[in-house]
Amino acid sequence: MATTVHEPPKVEPRRSPQPGHSGNGGVRNLVPNDGNLRAVRDYSPPPSKAGIWVILAAITMSFAAFTSALVVRQGGSSDWHHLTLPSVLYWNTLVLLASSVSLELSRRRVAVFMSGPRTVDLSPARWLYVTALLGAVFVAGQYVAWLQLRSQGLYLATNPNSSFFYVLTALHGLHVLGGLVGLTYVIRKLNRVVLRRSTLDSFSYYWHFMSILWVYLLLLLWMKL
Amino acid sequence: MHDMSAHAAAHHGPPTSFIRKHVFSLDHKVIGKQYYGLGLAAVIIGMVLSWLIRIHLGWTNAAIPGLHLLSKNGAPGDVMTPEFYLQLMTMHATFMVFFVLTVVPFAAFGNFFLPIHTGAEDMPFPHFNMMSFWTTFVAFCVMLLSFFVGDGPTLGGWTQYAPLSALGSVAGPGEGAGVVIWATSIAIFCVGQLFGALNFIPNVLDLRCKGMSLWRLPLPTWAWFITSCMGLTSFSVLMPACILLILDHVAGTSFFVASNLVINDQMQPHSGGSTLLWQHLFWFFGHPEVYIAIVPGMGIVSHVLITNMRKPMLSHRVLVYSMGALAVLSYMVYGHHMFVSGMNPFSSLLFSFPTLMITIPSTIIVLIWLGSLYGAKIRINAASLFALGFISMFITGGVSGFFLAQPSIQILLHATYFVVAHFHFTMAIAALFGIFSGTYFWFPKMWGRMMNETLGKVHFWLTFVGVYAVFMPMHYLGLAGGVRRYQAYVVDYMQPLIGVHQFITIAALFTGAAQLIFIYNLIHSRFRGEPAPDNPWQGTSLEWSIPSPPPHDNFGGKHVVVYHDPYQYGVQSSTGDYLMQDSPEQVKTESEEP
Repeated sequence: MATTVHEPPKVEPRRSPQPGHSGNGGVRNLVPNDGNLRAVRDYSPPPSKAGIWVILAAITMSFAAFTSALVVRQGGSSDWHHLTLPSVLYWNTLVLLASSVSLELSRRRVAVFMSGPRTVDLSPARWLYVTALLGAVFVAGQYVAWLQLRSQGLYLATNPNSSFFYVLTALHGLHVLGGLVGLTYVIRKLNRVVLRRSTLDSFSYYWHFMSILWVYLLLLLWMKL
Repeated sequence: MHDMSAHAAAHHGPPTSFIRKHVFSLDHKVIGKQYYGLGLAAVIIGMVLSWLIRIHLGWTNAAIPGLHLLSKNGAPGDVMTPEFYLQLMTMHATFMVFFVLTVVPFAAFGNFFLPIHTGAEDMPFPHFNMMSFWTTFVAFCVMLLSFFVGDGPTLGGWTQYAPLSALGSVAGPGEGAGVVIWATSIAIFCVGQLFGALNFIPNVLDLRCKGMSLWRLPLPTWAWFITSCMGLTSFSVLMPACILLILDHVAGTSFFVASNLVINDQMQPHSGGSTLLWQHLFWFFGHPEVYIAIVPGMGIVSHVLITNMRKPMLSHRVLVYSMGALAVLSYMVYGHHMFVSGMNPFSSLLFSFPTLMITIPSTIIVLIWLGSLYGAKIRINAASLFALGFISMFITGGVSGFFLAQPSIQILLHATYFVVAHFHFTMAIAALFGIFSGTYFWFPKMWGRMMNETLGKVHFWLTFVGVYAVFMPMHYLGLAGGVRRYQAYVVDYMQPLIGVHQFITIAALFTGAAQLIFIYNLIHSRFRGEPAPDNPWQGTSLEWSIPSPPPHDNFGGKHVVVYHDPYQYGVQSSTGDYLMQDSPEQVKTESEEP
């Protein structure tokens, strides 16, 4: 009888990042049993979780300030000429919203990738590249909108509405560009398999916030108050 | 569940190169010291500028030797022109408010001690923390640059009221390039402070060590946390305001300039802007800024007093809640700076009400201090003297606040020296006393050497008497109708006030000179002071459980565990009358006794 040699099953290393990159190790915050402690948190979340809310709070306050400036300027003067928004902006809106969708798809893939064995190739970065591309298309589209306004003779100082249009779109565009830099960082980390989930989550909050902020700005610029 | 070794591994190791160690350092302690050094440079500039403007107020035609070096046209024959007076005054306020009162109590001490108080090895985002300092440093350099560009720095005051600030050089010397540089510098400064908040807030929320519940945080850390929340929401409003101001200058927009404005016989090419808009945006930042300057001082002073009284405050929690209430209310009161701006009088009432309300948490804080001090056998040293001085200044400045909170009285006192006295006592001198108290208290931990106590006490008494001599008479000047920002007193009714101004000037020179004792003590102690023990004041919080100065990762690789509230004094333990936060020893506290 032939002897059958069974190969031992191969244990695939999981794709989770190295321990040194998996967060801030908040396990230190466990309450020791011997002390009479009132601290109740089992572990502390990675600081980027709170950090991203700090960043979003600052951006919210800044755009709230611009909003109040716009409301005061529009309501208190007779020289406000409401401009017709360039139609490319509506396409840009769709592009940015699509980039948010692709980011969510990518987040799910990364979640599967991180917990799955190494044999399954999901190329989790693929949808992140799509997100980056859509983000870049959005910024380019905003530039096209500027060119369209310029061709109508509407410059930064032409009237208050155009002033706010350029200021708000420029600052939002800069934030999206900042997001693209962040996305490059995320992709690089993912390709080296050292991405923390919290980093991707925080980045996605930022990116979705940019989409929501843009819809808000579009409404603000479109509405006659 | 995270891995045990993750935290230490994720953090940076000790730097080896000079640049990483001392210049572009990621270590929160080095960044704290860098902020302290920046604040020291700024306070010297600010103080010298105050001397110059005080000399001019006392003796309008006096030549100040070498003054022409500061300006091409501002000081012909070393005599200050009225415009140059305003430029120097603006720079005095700008350097003091932004680069001293914001930088030192919050950014310098906060950076050094907040991570130690929370039991963390470092800030959560050390690179952003490094950028925070260097961005602020760039802002400082840009602001200095305005002395050397065009016709000098802006003359619009630290509030930069539109429309004059938005028109360009037609509005006066420094109103062109000077304003653009000012607004650019402040916008950069805002970015630096936002980077700071990005580190402070997650550190307190997420990087606390084992056993460190929020209520176990020492009071300065609570104060820095509350302050960073204020900084986050107010600097992010000032920055858009600065951007719009710059655009009015360089791009010809009309955000802040109204139509048909004629300045120096020239019709301005702007239309439809709102001058009040700038004031609203500015003061929405400006009033919380007052508390950004003072709240860290409240935390530091409480910490110093508790350690020296050897007993906790009457109520730790009420003190924290009151500081939080100050922060929330500070956003609702900003309109009290604008009672005479032409704002609807009903708005004045709306802003007056929370302004009077804000006196409630302020009073509670003061009463907790006084109540805790009652019957305490306080150790008298330089730190505790300055802490007591802080309370004195805060009460004096606070009392004048009651008057200014009411529109009917404020309209009379608006823009007089009464206001100058009020805000100097509260946000400036009180905050400065907080800085001094913190310095004498924490110097041994920061630099590993003791400061000279005798010199510290002499410094205290000279400064204490000096600042009262400078700012007390200003109440009288204000009540007598002495208008601030006037560079000379040519109107009849103001003539008799000149003598008071001369007295104040002499007092200011004297008080300023007394600060040389502090600077000498600081530098001498840094190099020649007695080596400091780990816990020179028998304190209980975590900074006293580690060597002086602390090692690179603060706790020498130890995973610190906290077992107690921060201020366990008046107990009987193996160490004496106090129990360190990280001591596992259990003792009976007074509250537990039957």
